[in-house]
Amino acid sequence: MLEMTLNGLEIQVEPGTTLLEAANFYGIEIPTLCYDAGLSPIGACRLCLVEIGSPDRSRLVSACTFPAQKGLEIRTHSKRVINARKLLIEMYLATCPSSKTIQDLASKHHVTRVRFKQKHDDCILCGLCVRICEEQMQAKAIEFIGRGHELRISTFFDKKSEDCRHCGACMYICPVCQARCQGPQEKDAVCNACLNLEPPCLEEFEDAMCYMDPCVACEQGHEPRKGCSQRKEGS
Amino acid sequence: MRQLQEQKASKEQNNNNASNNHSLVTMLHQIQETYNYLPENVLRELAKEKNIPLVDLYRVATFYSLFSLTPKGKHKILTCTGTACHVRGSEKVTEEISRVLGIQPGETTEDGEYSLEAVNCLGACALAPLVVVDEQYHANMTPAQIGALFNGVRKSTCQDKESSHCHCSSVAVGSKEKS
Amino acid sequence: MPSLQSRINTAADLFRLQETLQQRASSNNRYIAVCGDTGCSAWGSKSVKDVFRDCLEQKGLAGQVGMKFTGCLGLCESGPVVIICPEQIFYQKVQEEDVEEIIDKTVTRGEIIPRLLYQDVLSGETYTYMNEIPFYQKQKRLLMGNNLKIDPNSIEDYLALGGYSATARALTEMTPLEIIDEVKFSKLRGRGGAGFSAGDKWKECYDAVSDRKYIICNADEGDPGAFMDRSLLEGNPHSVLEGLIIGGFAVGAREGMIYVRAEYPTAVVKIKHALHQAEELGLLGENIFGSGFDFQVSISIGAGAFVSGETSALIASIEGRAGEPRQKPPRLAQRGLWGRPTVVNNVESLANIPVILREGEEYRRTGTDKSRGTKIFSLVGKVVNTGLVEVPLGITIREIIEDIGGGIKGGRSFKAVQTGGPSGGCLPEHLLDTPTDFEELNAVGSMMGSGGMIVMDDETCMVDVARYFLRFLQDESCGKCFSCREGINRLLEIIDDIVHGLGTPGHIDLLRELSVVVKDSTLCGLGQTSANPVLSTLQYFEEEYRAHIKDKKCPAGVCKALIHFSIDLEKCTGCGVCKKKCPEEAISGEKKEIHEIDPERCSKCGICLDTCTFDAVLKC
Repeated sequence: MLEMTLNGLEIQVEPGTTLLEAANFYGIEIPTLCYDAGLSPIGACRLCLVEIGSPDRSRLVSACTFPAQKGLEIRTHSKRVINARKLLIEMYLATCPSSKTIQDLASKHHVTRVRFKQKHDDCILCGLCVRICEEQMQAKAIEFIGRGHELRISTFFDKKSEDCRHCGACMYICPVCQARCQGPQEKDAVCNACLNLEPPCLEEFEDAMCYMDPCVACEQGHEPRKGCSQRKEGS
Repeated sequence: MRQLQEQKASKEQNNNNASNNHSLVTMLHQIQETYNYLPENVLRELAKEKNIPLVDLYRVATFYSLFSLTPKGKHKILTCTGTACHVRGSEKVTEEISRVLGIQPGETTEDGEYSLEAVNCLGACALAPLVVVDEQYHANMTPAQIGALFNGVRKSTCQDKESSHCHCSSVAVGSKEKS
Repeated sequence: MPSLQSRINTAADLFRLQETLQQRASSNNRYIAVCGDTGCSAWGSKSVKDVFRDCLEQKGLAGQVGMKFTGCLGLCESGPVVIICPEQIFYQKVQEEDVEEIIDKTVTRGEIIPRLLYQDVLSGETYTYMNEIPFYQKQKRLLMGNNLKIDPNSIEDYLALGGYSATARALTEMTPLEIIDEVKFSKLRGRGGAGFSAGDKWKECYDAVSDRKYIICNADEGDPGAFMDRSLLEGNPHSVLEGLIIGGFAVGAREGMIYVRAEYPTAVVKIKHALHQAEELGLLGENIFGSGFDFQVSISIGAGAFVSGETSALIASIEGRAGEPRQKPPRLAQRGLWGRPTVVNNVESLANIPVILREGEEYRRTGTDKSRGTKIFSLVGKVVNTGLVEVPLGITIREIIEDIGGGIKGGRSFKAVQTGGPSGGCLPEHLLDTPTDFEELNAVGSMMGSGGMIVMDDETCMVDVARYFLRFLQDESCGKCFSCREGINRLLEIIDDIVHGLGTPGHIDLLRELSVVVKDSTLCGLGQTSANPVLSTLQYFEEEYRAHIKDKKCPAGVCKALIHFSIDLEKCTGCGVCKKKCPEEAISGEKKEIHEIDPERCSKCGICLDTCTFDAVLKC
């Protein structure tokens, strides 16, 4: 077993576990768009970023791909993590506002503004479809094609694929196709139409955190602990 | 999860070892050398022969910028857009070539004579801005020299299409003397 | 060469052969070196060489005067460079028609031809001998100095200079750990960019337990503006090969690989030839020097992807997949090529190895405490002497640009110097005294990188430079990480707005915020550093951004949407040259009357400005 520190808590995990699996096991929620427990992780969406290392020499890594290591210090909700995550969600919103999954994420993570030009790229290139097609359906009909800003997902020579069995797994797993948000207007990428999600009480933590959702401190009307900033600005 | 990864890794290894260390990139280079581009039917044959999934071939062929899925022109024009070339004005030179030939970087003229590529760095930065026409290097180019360079090429290739030696070299020497 | 037919079986065989070749070289030391590097070739050095060869033969001098078509001699600006040895008389910009005169006067009679000598632009002084030229004086050419004496196609030349002695010593007299210790002691740091200790890297791979290991030479030199790796491979391929063999022996790899980018066809030819020669002599293959060590080297060719220079992506590319970086750990020393422990070294790092083993003392005396040895920089852009310079680490950037580079071209003023390629940054005038040292450069927001040094003058727009790098990275990113792919897109979107006069004051803060997040949240080195050009130009040239945003002006006159061309009514003579040259037919005016530019049709290509001989075209 490997001993690590997760948000100040001493934890033990089996070798080969990823940081995301470890955090999930200990009840800490980390948002993801490209992770599925049944598929190999690729770390494309970058939402599962966590901070590792001592505070003065830390860096951010994607929790879904980073293997657990002995003595690793992990912070899942530090200021640095939250800042990065929120800006990424803001970019997701600007890029693909019609995804309900992304709108919900934005709502949950309190992203209320979008400073980038609104686009309507449906695909966020999370690669879930590519992996489910290969790893679960054994079809290998689609792949990432091109690179850089021209990266896309397609079939061989963009033609109807002989390897595709029309199983629909790609559509089933797609975070964008699946539930379409009709809310966002021309001028604003933020929907906010269905505010049915619990707003988080605590946003960033240097260290320990509550593991309940919604958290006990809030339910009982206590002030949040030191080092935790309550979500109030702008809401 | 670990099992999944290991499974994938061992599968990759088997695939690769099966291809006898002749990496896919090398094979694609060979095809491109023969056909001047990567034709779909040849890729299909390769996939069948080597037992590689079709999309994997397409993935690799589209990832690398030197592979082309459409036929290239007889004459290859490369404009270097490296940093040194950029600060010495290569953008304007490329635009001027585009204007003269009527094609954008990455395209081929309709008559199949010329294709234009903007390359990120050719490693001859001291000669910036650099234009390479059929492996002939032309140093210190300016937009004003482009017209002469390509008039020369067009005319000479029209007269003497079989000639393997590009006539533009004579034009280039002239333009170099000017600079 | 009859003496080369036999295989070298022991170190003693090698020393005997070296001695024979040395004697032959010193008894026949008069030769003409013509620079055959890509730079000089572009100036026509190939035909100059051919004319020399023919001319020597015609005059019956072929037996007495040798010819070498060498690797890069440094001063690419003055190509084709010809050096008459042993005196090392330096002739620049030599054309075919100069050849006969050089042979008749300089080679036969020792007369100097003044018009071919190098002349300093500022002082007007001319220099006869290579070593007198200020460009070479501050350099320390441990790696490139031998280029003058080596025809890259000739292993004999390399052996005559004591080549492969380092390999012989390493394989027959040292244990792998001793080699690693010596490399560690020399404090050699990776020349590819990050500056990781080469010895530590080797040790890690040495420690890994496996039946097979690999060593890879990374010659995927993708940084635009850097070409020292190409020059080393083209000019002195055996030195790199030696480094690879020694490295293989040290880490326990019996297979080496050289990954060369396909844009360097000449380097591929040279290195293939070198491999063949080394194999024939038994310097590669089985039981090298009778040490029991077997080593094979193969070549792998890239296909145009900057990101493949990242080590894990490079391995993916060799394995025949798309060159995408992967999560590290597992580190390459644990799981590299084909899943085996692998070490990847840059070309220049490997070329340092034989120097360290042969001249360790001298090597350790060079450089600074933390960064030993020399570094090759490609000094390019708006500088007088463009070319490759090799300097001891720790020398200041000012010394490189002013003393070696001869200052700014065309008498303009210095604005910035860009180091470290797309991952680096732009440094302003007041930081010119920063030493070339890994830590010091990082501290000021740039980096050593692979050694590109692009000098910019007041006609370079820093916003445009940031935009240039973002466009480069937009194409060259693998695109897997959302933060890098979309982050670069969005940075570029904002900068595009700024250069088109659509910038808003909030853009500067947003650029900063986004840059930090891109840097923080991306997987590989390319992505993590992709915002550096924006961050460093913002740090030192924020005023220029503000001018674009607030005043809608491009102070350097580069951003097309913010500049206008007009004709100076006082200076225009009505000669009509601009009108004739204008591709858009935007200039009108009768002969001998003042011309006019139609701003609607003007595409701002600047041809009128370049062609007007009366300075009558204004850009503002």
